[in-house]
Amino acid sequence: MDRALTASERIRLPTRPIYRRLGDRLFQIVVVALGLSIIALALLLAEVLFTDGLEPLRRFGFWGFLTGTTWDPVRGVHGTWPFLVGTLITAIASLALSFFPAIGVAIFSAEYAPRWLAGIVDTIVDLLAAVPSVVVGIWGIFVLVPLMQSHVYLPVYFWAFENAPGLLPVLGPPAGYNLVTAIIVLALMIVPYTTALARDAIRLVPRSQREAARALGATRWEVMRMAVLPYARGAITAGAILSLGRAIGETMAVAMLVGNSNTLPFTFFGPAATMPSVIVNEFREAVEDLHLASLMTVGFYLFLISLTVNLIAAWLQRKLAVGGRSL
Amino acid sequence: MAVTAPATGSAAPPAAAPRGLATVTPEHLRRRYRRDRFMIGLLVLATAAVLVPLLIIVWYVVSNGISAVLTFDFYTQDLGSPARALQGRPTGLGHTILGTIVVDALALLIAVPIGVGAGIMLSEYPDHPLNPVLRILNDTLNGMPAILKGLLAFSLIVKPMGTFSGISGAVALAFVMLPIIARATEGVLRIIPWSIREAGLALGLPRWRVVLNTVLPAARVGVVTGILIAFARAAGEAAPLLFTSFGNNFFSSTPLRYLMGPVDTLPARLYSLAISPYKEWHAMGWGAAVILLVLVIVTFVGTRIVTRARHATDL
Amino acid sequence: MRTLLALAASLLIAAQAQNVELLGAGATFPAPLVTAMADEYRDVTGGRVTVNYQSIGSGGGIRQFTEQTVMFGMTEAFLNDAQLADIAAAGGGVAFNLPITLGDVVPTYNLPGVAKGLVFDGDTLAEIFLGNVTTWADPQIGALNPGVRLPPLPITVVHRSDGSGTTNIWTSFLTKVSPAWADRVGFATSVNWPTGIGGNGNEGVAGVVQKTPGAIGYNSLVYAVLNDIAYGYVENKSGNVIEPSLTATSLAADVPLPSDTRILVTDTEAPDGYPIAGFAWMLMYENLDANNAIATRAQAEELLKFVLWAITDGQDLAEPLSFSRIPAAVLQLNLDMIRQMKFQGEDLGAQVLAAAGY
Repeated sequence: MDRALTASERIRLPTRPIYRRLGDRLFQIVVVALGLSIIALALLLAEVLFTDGLEPLRRFGFWGFLTGTTWDPVRGVHGTWPFLVGTLITAIASLALSFFPAIGVAIFSAEYAPRWLAGIVDTIVDLLAAVPSVVVGIWGIFVLVPLMQSHVYLPVYFWAFENAPGLLPVLGPPAGYNLVTAIIVLALMIVPYTTALARDAIRLVPRSQREAARALGATRWEVMRMAVLPYARGAITAGAILSLGRAIGETMAVAMLVGNSNTLPFTFFGPAATMPSVIVNEFREAVEDLHLASLMTVGFYLFLISLTVNLIAAWLQRKLAVGGRSL
Repeated sequence: MAVTAPATGSAAPPAAAPRGLATVTPEHLRRRYRRDRFMIGLLVLATAAVLVPLLIIVWYVVSNGISAVLTFDFYTQDLGSPARALQGRPTGLGHTILGTIVVDALALLIAVPIGVGAGIMLSEYPDHPLNPVLRILNDTLNGMPAILKGLLAFSLIVKPMGTFSGISGAVALAFVMLPIIARATEGVLRIIPWSIREAGLALGLPRWRVVLNTVLPAARVGVVTGILIAFARAAGEAAPLLFTSFGNNFFSSTPLRYLMGPVDTLPARLYSLAISPYKEWHAMGWGAAVILLVLVIVTFVGTRIVTRARHATDL
Repeated sequence: MRTLLALAASLLIAAQAQNVELLGAGATFPAPLVTAMADEYRDVTGGRVTVNYQSIGSGGGIRQFTEQTVMFGMTEAFLNDAQLADIAAAGGGVAFNLPITLGDVVPTYNLPGVAKGLVFDGDTLAEIFLGNVTTWADPQIGALNPGVRLPPLPITVVHRSDGSGTTNIWTSFLTKVSPAWADRVGFATSVNWPTGIGGNGNEGVAGVVQKTPGAIGYNSLVYAVLNDIAYGYVENKSGNVIEPSLTATSLAADVPLPSDTRILVTDTEAPDGYPIAGFAWMLMYENLDANNAIATRAQAEELLKFVLWAITDGQDLAEPLSFSRIPAAVLQLNLDMIRQMKFQGEDLGAQVLAAAGY
């Protein structure tokens, strides 16, 4: 289409403006159609998850499904509460575990390290952000789990068995595949992401901000603490919340390592499950229609949670943006 | 990755100096410098704590997978049954690598035009009334777990088609790539100064030609980088492929079956190999992990080279 | 250009007509056998027929079979009456369950210092999996195993996290022997476990048991043997303690069988049969054309040929891989079912049987 117009343009100079407008119109239509398809896709995602998961919502109610603690395909009772709890615990704990190290790396690379070293650190961090989830998963199964089992879980459990029996119900029987393993792996996976976002935030702090503090005789760390970090605080927080969203949706490595238990209460050394992990484990294998629909419903709640997290991050970014430089 | 905007400008005026910054006594200074050095130590420690475990993962993958990857059979044979591996008959992941290439390439083919188009809409038609909606939904889509995109592809493609297929897998991966490409394209197009567009328009070029012949080429490097990043993200995803492209233990019987029938992909096969009970399959799983890692690293190095080239032309 | 395209298209079609790809999915337990059959069958047909079997669990086998995304399903839980009615209502007609091999499920455990051969009875297993017996030092276990020094470890129950026929066999045994279990949990391919860790697949359970001292799980005998995990002996209905073996499993099916082979042989009446065993069935439609996954007559014919081969010559692969052969009586029932299979009204099943001399 476009080529033909180009050719005719050359030949028929006098009518050019008309063709130009036609070309522009067509171009705009195509571009807007492509843009619209993304809008359609996002809406379709919500629509499909909602309609395919409608039956459980009807049967148990929105709150009933959310707070239902039983997941029993045999009796046809489904509730997403255990998975919601598992998702929130693993995501929040892994963010807590990885936040300060990530900020440390970001500060080191943005402020302290010489340029060549910062380049190396940045490259490694960016590269590690791209390591696939399943690759981390296979490492977890064959390296991390046996290691943690023999050096941490079992010794701690036996220590508690003899010295602090009160802790046992909280610790739970030590299986290598458990909440703690999943949290450690999740923390490793979101650390590069948090780091990169925080690093960008710190780099964007204007030079004048630093120079003012330094002029007062502040040491490097004082410059960081007084001038740079407070300035970048909002963006760092938004980045952390985006990382939280990442952790919430992370699927494969968690499904491979979390132990997959659908019943509360979860314990530290005992197995648990998350919303993505239950979908991956059971989706291909659900026999009953209600079971399959319930997995879709879990997906729908996961959608709502991800949406909330992302909107909060976007709102933070916008609120804290300077002079209309919002994203 | 989104570059976050700087935080509020009014925050923490530097004048709010710490207690005693003005009262300089030797003891004070020493304490402050000690504290400074302590913090440097802490930061170095944090950096090590983050980088070392991640490098350990890479090291383990490479050292465990290298023996599998260095065999000829790994690339020329298909997997077949576990009995093959147990009895030492030739077995490999040739069909998986082929399937991955087909699915990933098709995903790119779907995602690139749509993603770039949406990016053009956002940057070249800034006043379009739908832009705020598009931007929010695109970010939302970007933040959605990949597994949900797999569920969507299952409902949209697998169910109506009646069978698992390479196409449905490609569509699921395209859903993963799309928002990243759109976002990256918008970002780089916006950096291109308006004066370039105005120059083109002043020459009497129609707008669509200005965009396609002037703006896009100027932003080519950035767009390609965005596409490569999207590719690296999607190429490692297993969750959306488990119920779309499904899996296959053999080479497909005809080329068409790679699109229309179930195909193997590296991330999904890696998952099933890793949880299998056979040591021989574990070794192949590590091998698959090496290939995936290499794929990601090559893509990544590609973005670096492209970016460096841009810096070179900037000078 | 156009002629080139036409040529390419005709080549593609020709290639498709020659090569046939059969797609099946389901139970993980028979997967090593079915994929080995697929390997062998490809050689037998000179590379013409590929059988793609994906092990996704029995629940998945039934689901994908009823969704008609696969040509055949595999399951360790036969289609129940409601499912058969649903399939008939959806236009699929009668669905057949063809036993391909026999599965056995053994209690696997990880107890430092205790080898294989710990004795269990049904009630003890039910109490453990209900979470009522929580330590290996429990007198109920001790009474069955005089002379064995049981460490005072806490019991970690390990079960499947996915829909599984192994789970179906295991829980159907517990349901038959324990009223408390029948009342609280029941049996199915996935149940609401009162306690324990979930592992994905036979693989996952075997892996967790192996790595967790004090763990007890349930696995197919093959997986226990392959992974060198200790497994227990189980008291059967006749009061005999049975060591799991291929023979004991085959013996469990030595009971009167219904013509549609839909029977659970758990808690078998056979005096020397292992009590936690069951068939692994291949699921097929009577009217093969009713299955959306089967598009052409050629595919249907090749599918029938493969199934026939799998229950006859293919059975030779079973025992070297630690799978039980199907008994002669079952082969006969299978042939009867194949004889009834049709493609668009044509008695394709009977034709294939006749061509092979049955």
